[in-house]
Amino acid sequence: MATRAIERNVSLRASAKGFKVSLSRRVMTAFAWMFVVFSFLFVAAMFVSIIGDVLIHAWPALTPKLLTDITNGIGGGLKNAIEGTMVMSVGALLLAAPIGIASGIYLSEHGHGGAGKMLRFLSDVLVGIPSIVLGYVGYITMVIYLGWQFSVAAGIITLTVMLLPYIARSTELALANIPLAVREAGYGLGAGEGRVVLRILLPGAAPAIMTGLFYAVALSMGETAPLLYTAGWSNYMWNGQFTKEPIGYLTYVVWTFINEPFAESHMLAFAAAFLITAGVLILILIGRWLLVRGQRRMGAYQG
Amino acid sequence: MKIPVFRAGLIATASFLPLSLIALIAFLAVYSWPAIQFNQFQFLWTNDWNLGNLYGNPVTVHGAQIMPGAKYGIWFLVVGTVVSSALAMLMAMPIAIGAAYFLSEGVRKSWAGPLSLFVDLLAAIPSVVYGLWGYALLVPLFGQTIFPFMAKTFSFIPFLKGDPGSGYGLLTSAFVLAVMIIPLISATLRESIRMTEPELKEAGLSLGLNRLEVFWHITLPKLKTVLIGVGILALGRALGETMAVLMVSGNALNYLPNNIYAPISTMAAFIASQLDSALQDPTNMAVEALSEIALVLLLITVVVNFAARLLLWMARVR
Repeated sequence: MATRAIERNVSLRASAKGFKVSLSRRVMTAFAWMFVVFSFLFVAAMFVSIIGDVLIHAWPALTPKLLTDITNGIGGGLKNAIEGTMVMSVGALLLAAPIGIASGIYLSEHGHGGAGKMLRFLSDVLVGIPSIVLGYVGYITMVIYLGWQFSVAAGIITLTVMLLPYIARSTELALANIPLAVREAGYGLGAGEGRVVLRILLPGAAPAIMTGLFYAVALSMGETAPLLYTAGWSNYMWNGQFTKEPIGYLTYVVWTFINEPFAESHMLAFAAAFLITAGVLILILIGRWLLVRGQRRMGAYQG
Repeated sequence: MKIPVFRAGLIATASFLPLSLIALIAFLAVYSWPAIQFNQFQFLWTNDWNLGNLYGNPVTVHGAQIMPGAKYGIWFLVVGTVVSSALAMLMAMPIAIGAAYFLSEGVRKSWAGPLSLFVDLLAAIPSVVYGLWGYALLVPLFGQTIFPFMAKTFSFIPFLKGDPGSGYGLLTSAFVLAVMIIPLISATLRESIRMTEPELKEAGLSLGLNRLEVFWHITLPKLKTVLIGVGILALGRALGETMAVLMVSGNALNYLPNNIYAPISTMAAFIASQLDSALQDPTNMAVEALSEIALVLLLITVVVNFAARLLLWMARVR
């Protein structure tokens, strides 16, 4: 590291000429170093403590029963909740991915004017909206006004609105990293705009876009607040109906079953938390791995 | 002329984003309009949330049908939300800066990648799992050992003395929120530290500062705008956090905290916990009042995010 070499050099020369660093400066630096190391250790300790706490409590409950039984009032398995989480994450992804990717393409290819700037700004603001507010709007519009009741469709659409800005922004970043010369080459060969985007830019940015999608799925898996009043809760397996049919999901188990007075319910809550956390972390790690692998295989564009 | 189908399609789909934001605000405003008319502005600074006698007959007050004795005031929620987020920021900021420095300059590059995974994965843990962790580990730990100890040791500081409570409350919520927002602040700051011109750092080093002093006197002042922007962004996240707060805050009703161990409730958590009881109100005013809380929360976070993004844009950070 250049800075380190310079620093060593400076201090060597200074001490050779008889300059000394004052005690207060050395003490302050030592304290600052201690604080810096402490703050990293704090973050790492929090991570380990969350994972460890969930794992230790969930360990006795991790039996095959989780995957084969459905929940009942105080215990049982998690089959219906696992299914519900998957249905809603995949559903939200299927809805949000095309819209989000198209918005990302627009932002990156045409988003340099006033409209594009406005759009980017609004999507950044949309990211910051609390998920409970999204859930409440989903409740008053879809559950009450459209009369869908607590339903799969209401949950999926609420999640979709939440995921859109993430997918749009990650797609935009991925496409913006591709140099202009690549586009020029495409147009130079006579390709139209659609062809350039679909056949050249999207494949080139695919690993980064996939990473964004994995992140989005992980995000939607871990959400509770927007689903409480849109998807409802059901102790049974999903019957394939999109409206008027509530569905179970893992995060709901975590927050309701921990409030039950029974040890069995607590174990189930921790088991659900473990499954959710493991799923989210694995998805994000896979996403990162895909990015690294894709860049290694195809080479990253040098900006 | 050939119609640019592809581009028109892109524009049509891209307009979903701003439309959904506008639709969110519009739907909430329209739905909560009766409650807004009934509550006026006292809603924000009266401290009285009372659904009234749910078994009585609806009465008409100021032209609106409500249950007898019903009142809607959310001052305790405003205080709980703002104070818990502010405390969380206070705890998170120094630690996030420290961790960002450690990962960007404190360790060698080959270690920084794997170590920063801790921070990045911490940001990805679902909020309900944070809540579970707070509920199962922090609340007993804080309530039985740390809070009584703090209350005794710091009994000369106004808001740190008094009843240490049960562990559910303001400080526990703020701690969980702080742990949630540290990775957010830290990740952006780490990138910005890396992007700072090396010439600046070298100039500082050649004047005889060591690396930490360079960071403190040169890099950090240069990143002031970024720091403020990211801070506000994290504040927005803390203000709107629902599940984690819901599980550790103690869900106080109409109660203003008198020290930092007291139970609180925040707007987001209140919306999540109260809809079931609000649905018991046959006049529907309680549900509309909840929707007014959601509208207030939405407007606060929109303003906060607006400010943060504006600052970050001026600093040219994505």
